[in-house]
Amino acid sequence: MLDVLIVDDSAAIRKILQRVLRQAAVPVGTVYEASDGVEALEILKAQTVGLVLSDINMPNMDGLEFLSRVKAQEVWKKLPVVMVSTEGGQAKVLEAVELGAAGYVRKPFTAEQIKSKLAGFF
Amino acid sequence: MTESRGSDERQTETQELTRAELIAAVKGATHDVFSTMLGLEIEAGESSLKKPATAEASAVVSLVGLAGTWAGAGSMSCSASLACMLSSRLLTTECISVTEDVLDSVAELINMIVGNVKNAVEERIGPMWLSTPTVIFGRNLQTRSAGNQDWTVVPFRIGEETMHVQICLSRSRETPFREGRPGFLIPHMMNL
Repeated sequence: MLDVLIVDDSAAIRKILQRVLRQAAVPVGTVYEASDGVEALEILKAQTVGLVLSDINMPNMDGLEFLSRVKAQEVWKKLPVVMVSTEGGQAKVLEAVELGAAGYVRKPFTAEQIKSKLAGFF
Repeated sequence: MTESRGSDERQTETQELTRAELIAAVKGATHDVFSTMLGLEIEAGESSLKKPATAEASAVVSLVGLAGTWAGAGSMSCSASLACMLSSRLLTTECISVTEDVLDSVAELINMIVGNVKNAVEERIGPMWLSTPTVIFGRNLQTRSAGNQDWTVVPFRIGEETMHVQICLSRSRETPFREGRPGFLIPHMMNL
């Protein structure tokens, strides 16, 4: 079972991703939720998570800052972080990949796109 | 959308954006968001250019700001009953009154629509950043722009109801470049 952290300032998107994960034929354990990068880092310090899905545009700490802080810590270097964002510009995607993102899903997304992107992590 | 260019070097690198291109981007983004996230095929009506002045018996309005070399805002307005229907489809949970879930859903819909409009036009006009969405629910509310800009309004028919997606975008007088999500004021005033 893999515990997952969903980071998005939209409660609606967190619910949708949670539902998609539960419906996917993958062994999901606990799903934690954070509404920004600051909250997400606190959860990572307290819990062992195997996969993170993160938005980019969020208040307090955005997804790219969160990603760079995760990848700067030795203990989280191999933790896969998949970005799920409306930001679809090539520059933003490249920036995320350079920072160490394990994948990128553009909003709007279908359940199938999320499932297919995440299948390799389980 | 033909304001004169300033002397800022960054501004001279960007191009103009025609109203037709903006309308096409709004229609494309809204269609994409509704078909992908809600499973709804919606049809756009005839767009218009006007100062926004919406009055609904009971309406939900969501707004998101854009900042960059070009700046402005996007909004979506619909009746409370339509907002509940859209939220029910998005969350696959029945929503019969305007709750936190409905407001969150409508906020996310305008965030995705304007985010995708931004993706479609920023190669032409330069990078922009989105603000956090704001949602307002009230009765007999009116919206008014604080500036003189006209808004491009695109109506979408959904069943028996109409939703309006509005966008206002013009070249910035200053170039407020700052990485991250902007916390600027949306050029919009609400009277509830």
